[in-house]
Amino acid sequence: MGIDLTYAPAPESRSIVDLKASYGLFIDGEFVDGHGSDSSAFKTINPATEEVLAEVAEADAADVDAAVKAARRAYQRVWSRMPGSERAKYLYRIARIIQERGRELAVLESLDNGKPIKESRDVDIPVVAAHFFYYAGWADKLEFSGYAGSDGSAPRPLGVAGQIIPWNFPLLMLAWKIAPALACGNTVVLKPAETTPLTALLFAEICQQADLPPGVVNIVTGAGETGQALVAHPDIDKVAFTGSTAVGKAIARSIAGTDKKATLELGGKAANIVFDDAPLDQAVEGIVNGIFFNQGHVCCAGSRLLVQESIADDLLERLKRRMSTLRLGDPLDKNTDIGAINSAEQLARIRELSEIGESEGAERWSPSCELPAQGFWFPPTLFTGVTQAHRIAREEVFGPVLSVLTFRTPSEAIEKANNTPYGLSAGVWTEKGSRILHVAGALKAGVVWANTFNKFDPTSPFGGFKESGYGREGGRQGLAAYLKTEQGGR
Amino acid sequence: MAARIDVRKTYKLYIGGAFPRSESGYSYIVNDAKGRFVANAALASRKDARDAVVAARKAFGSWSGRTAYNRAQVLYRVAEIMEDRRPQFVQALQQSEGLTAARANAALDAAIDRLVWYAGWADKLTQVVGNANPVAGPFFNLSTPEPTGVVAVLAPQESSLLGLVSVVAPAIVTGNTVVVVSSFDRPLPAVTFAEVLATSDVPGGVVNLLTGSAATIAPWLAAHMDVNAIDLVGVAGEQELATELEVAAADNLKRVRRAPGAEPDWTASPSLDTMTDFVEIKTVWHPMGV
Repeated sequence: MGIDLTYAPAPESRSIVDLKASYGLFIDGEFVDGHGSDSSAFKTINPATEEVLAEVAEADAADVDAAVKAARRAYQRVWSRMPGSERAKYLYRIARIIQERGRELAVLESLDNGKPIKESRDVDIPVVAAHFFYYAGWADKLEFSGYAGSDGSAPRPLGVAGQIIPWNFPLLMLAWKIAPALACGNTVVLKPAETTPLTALLFAEICQQADLPPGVVNIVTGAGETGQALVAHPDIDKVAFTGSTAVGKAIARSIAGTDKKATLELGGKAANIVFDDAPLDQAVEGIVNGIFFNQGHVCCAGSRLLVQESIADDLLERLKRRMSTLRLGDPLDKNTDIGAINSAEQLARIRELSEIGESEGAERWSPSCELPAQGFWFPPTLFTGVTQAHRIAREEVFGPVLSVLTFRTPSEAIEKANNTPYGLSAGVWTEKGSRILHVAGALKAGVVWANTFNKFDPTSPFGGFKESGYGREGGRQGLAAYLKTEQGGR
Repeated sequence: MAARIDVRKTYKLYIGGAFPRSESGYSYIVNDAKGRFVANAALASRKDARDAVVAARKAFGSWSGRTAYNRAQVLYRVAEIMEDRRPQFVQALQQSEGLTAARANAALDAAIDRLVWYAGWADKLTQVVGNANPVAGPFFNLSTPEPTGVVAVLAPQESSLLGLVSVVAPAIVTGNTVVVVSSFDRPLPAVTFAEVLATSDVPGGVVNLLTGSAATIAPWLAAHMDVNAIDLVGVAGEQELATELEVAAADNLKRVRRAPGAEPDWTASPSLDTMTDFVEIKTVWHPMGV
């Protein structure tokens, strides 16, 4: 005893980030003031401290129209005519600049989003660069993609894509949207989330550094109304949206009867199934990664733990012990495991659903965990005694809240796992190979992680079944979202 | 001696492998291409549509769980039996579409050939649209197509057999089950097709056929929360109705194949999208190591 094993603070310096007081919109290669009055500009804050980081313009319908016009001009005059090999080189340039400015991007992402620097530095930004690098290589190989015309010619792009991304992985979601769109020859108008616009605006600067032709990428900041104006714009050919299922449905309704194509990457309530022969310590790591990665602000989070009854007590004891070691606090501290909740609104939602969980009869547990006085915080939390009817077992909490259910037989596990309108992801933990393949086949989910969780790669397609949306992002299949694929007859 | 009075057929619905009349008790007059009475077909109701969805859902697990080789053989056998029933189909096509014998034979040829073409896809589509992914880490990573689930199909109004086969075969070959609303004015080849399915090896419930009005039945299918996808080609050119159906389909984010402005040329070679629009890509990860 007597040896102090606590960690000293190890904050990453934020001096690498050069924030401006206010930001405009990025349209036709330039930063411009929006049409909206100054009063319509909104503030983006650091959710860990509630400090105002910058003021950002809110794009109105006229701004969106200007951005779409710029994108259309760039599509017709430049980008769709450029050989794929040349488009590729622009995307390679962007990938390289992202690598060069990686630390700056990581710090800025953690400041604006609240996620731990070790995640933005080791996951988000490297995967962003990898995504551009991967799709860059497709730009001049589309005739070999499997989506070529019947005469073997390169498939055609769609035109102008309107893209709307969420706040949980701001720059990564931008990469998932922009890299394949540009590789296929489309131009884009992208709206980042209102609480996390800053890395998208820094990306606009990166486009300037890369000498990307004006209008190929346009960034319009704003909230829901800006997004609606973009989706409703008559001159876009494609809507790509990542966000809530409710908004995804509204988008599907609003583009009904048009020729606009859509990919929707929406909510989830993933089951993470642990069988009695699973490697328990690995499973505990996977459960923790599955639900506490990025504060649980992950659409594919493993938010429903389904554990076989015979090992439930043992597993829960190990899980609680592990959760007690999670370090919550300053997102810029290199030892932080759990950062800040992204917004007051989201914190209220997590609190509300957790309270409902208790009032419906589930038992709530969190490790002792001191929350900072400023900012938005929620401790890692698990609920036991959860039934399938409980709202915390059915609704997406989008926070560090795990619902624990038990099962006896594999078929019961599969039935419970599939008992949800969502179908984005799932996990399965067992040492038995044949069981993995059987269960993976039976799960109605677009991504199944077996003996691992929350792994992402540019080459690997991602997207949901059922009400988790449609279309895939990433991989060869991710190209289909940005190409005219219907060749020949119907 | 008087000519023999022939025995006419009752044209019924096909749900869950059985041939019920509409629970509504309604039927409607079907005329031939020249306007002469041919039969009273069952007029499917909302309840019939719901029963059909239940039957399709019940059949989904077993049908999607069959081996691809088996589904290929089952569909190929449908083609065999259609060939066997050539005179009946030719007559039905002449009656419904007003075709000459030669053209009716050609339409049947095309429908049978289309079925054979799709049958062969059962154990190949996974190889063509799925793939391994070389992720940057020690993981096995594989993406494969899986059926979406229950698909509502509004069959084309004009091409009563070739069009029908061209929308049903691609949906079921991948393991989906379907609820089909036939052409309203030309439903009889579809009923005959259902009779072929019933006497082939296609399990009951895999294909469910409703005769009647798409405008009446389709809104219930489009809004049904246990239908995963819908093909709107049967309301081609009816922009307003098609839009309403697409809006209703968003309630549970059905995969939608939109209605074209006019009925497509069904003799053209189909695209892969006919199948891939109703499959889901599933990606499985597993660590590699000793």
